[in-house]
Amino acid sequence: MEENRTGKLIIDDTSYETRLTKKFRTRKPYVKYDPNKVNAFIPGIIRDINVKEGARVKEGEQLLILEAMKMKNLLLSHREGKIKRIMVQSGDMVLKNQLLIEFE
Amino acid sequence: MSILSKLKDFLFRYDKVKVGGGEKANLKQAAMGKLTARERIHTLLDADTFFEFDLFVRHEGKDFGMDKKDLPADGVITGTGTIIGHPVCIFAQDFTVAGGSLGLAHARKITKIMDHSIKMGIPLIGINDSGGARIQEGVNSLAGYGEIFYRNTLASGVIPQISVILGPCAGGAVYSPALTDFVFVVDKISKMFITGPEVIKTVLGEEISMEDLGGARIQSEITGNAHFFAKSELECFDQIRKLCSFIPWNNQKKANPFPAKKPKSNFDIERIIPSDPSKPYDIRDIIFSMVDDSDFLEIQEHWAANIVIGFARINGETVGIVGNQPLVLAGVLDVDSSDKAARFIRFCDAFNIPLLTLVDLPGYLPGVDQEHAGVIRHGAKILYAYSEATVPKMTVILRKAYGGGYIAMCSRHLGADFVFAWPTAEIAVMGPEGAANIIFKSEIAGASDPNEMRKQKVAEYTEKFANPYVAAANGYIDAVISPADTRKLLIQTLQLSKQKKEHRPFKKHGIPPF
Repeated sequence: MEENRTGKLIIDDTSYETRLTKKFRTRKPYVKYDPNKVNAFIPGIIRDINVKEGARVKEGEQLLILEAMKMKNLLLSHREGKIKRIMVQSGDMVLKNQLLIEFE
Repeated sequence: MSILSKLKDFLFRYDKVKVGGGEKANLKQAAMGKLTARERIHTLLDADTFFEFDLFVRHEGKDFGMDKKDLPADGVITGTGTIIGHPVCIFAQDFTVAGGSLGLAHARKITKIMDHSIKMGIPLIGINDSGGARIQEGVNSLAGYGEIFYRNTLASGVIPQISVILGPCAGGAVYSPALTDFVFVVDKISKMFITGPEVIKTVLGEEISMEDLGGARIQSEITGNAHFFAKSELECFDQIRKLCSFIPWNNQKKANPFPAKKPKSNFDIERIIPSDPSKPYDIRDIIFSMVDDSDFLEIQEHWAANIVIGFARINGETVGIVGNQPLVLAGVLDVDSSDKAARFIRFCDAFNIPLLTLVDLPGYLPGVDQEHAGVIRHGAKILYAYSEATVPKMTVILRKAYGGGYIAMCSRHLGADFVFAWPTAEIAVMGPEGAANIIFKSEIAGASDPNEMRKQKVAEYTEKFANPYVAAANGYIDAVISPADTRKLLIQTLQLSKQKKEHRPFKKHGIPPF
């Protein structure tokens, strides 16, 4: 069964000697939201990329199409700005939260 | 036809249907380490008590050549029998017949036995081993599932419902077990998921095996969907029979009493708990030291192990026990442990099982992951469940009872009938370290030796508040008791609560934070 490891858990400045579960040990650390990054909100396949590196885009402009669950999701720009890098190509299969586009 | 030839004809028909999918399919089932549906029923029930319903039911498929197919018993065996001498309704899907797939007649057999169990007020046991909906029957098989879910919901809180997953149980089919009270799984045999590995791969590109996606271990350790994990079908059936010994047959009854037995002598209640509140111990040792024959049936042992739940007897009477587990994550409440305890508390309340709560926790688990996973909503479930419960509620505070955790663990404020505290109890808003750092922040910061000052203030706070006497002075606990007297007092309180009645405002139903 699940492997437990002895460790310390600090609650209200007191350090408790206890077993730390696998779920606790492997919990995802919090990552601060970076407005320069566009990540995949769902795993799927990149269908169309509508912008080029270096291009200026307006808020609401279509960046790419991410097909997932038989739906073609239009990924619209959440901001105005210049595209620094495009990390994917049409046809790529992407995982959830994978970085797709970076703004300058 | 003479009576004799009619009898012969009957036996001929009977034998033909009884073999299910036939010898070959039965051998294939055995090769997978699985018993056949009929073998399962006969092994689980008391010997020679199974009475079968609807053996001669025929399926209603007309399309795709199904009208030419003969599906014995339509792939599900249903009927009644007894467990430890008491009647139950049971169904078992037969994987050897069209993969145990669910068509309309198959579903009707199940809903018929479900209706029977509700009417008769006896538990329902469902053994699931099915490839899913019978595609050839289209929307009729979906209708069948829906009608099963509906009855699962109507029966919820009226009769105990037990689901046994002994094969695949995928797609909509998993929702029937999910609606029932206890789900049993067997290593390498049980598989539960909404969408299988194939679909996940094509749609999302993620590759995973059936076992890793929804096997018995995953359901027992990660998801909490399963309540009991066994290594073999036989072990699983023993677990079911044991569970049945602890629970009542319906919501109008109490669990059957057993002859009272003393706890085994190898558990010394006074020597289990370390006095240092930051040191761990196994809460189950405390349970063993106070329940009959030290016999405790733990539920969801491998999931959210920071809280321990299960059934035991005190003086022959079944009690539901909820205890913080200092051995795992210091016994904190978090999303999963609140969910686990709350559901169990509601089962006990629905089925007239007194609740015993053993408290030793530092509070709720801090963390971004917890907050973002909705610990407010999930944590509220345990408050709701305890406040709502009208069965006798006994609480013993063993050591730490800090902050929100103190309130949540069936405190007087949530309607506990008896609250006892051991002399080792610390009932306070938080541990001395944290409290001193806040209350004496400026004194500590302004001292020439802040560390020395902190130590002094922690000691001061410990002396004043890290005990059960402040709460006792307010009447929030009824008595400070010696650990050795705990069992004796619990027996008395159980006797005292036999006629307990608690009236609540009329409502259709509450709205717990699901």
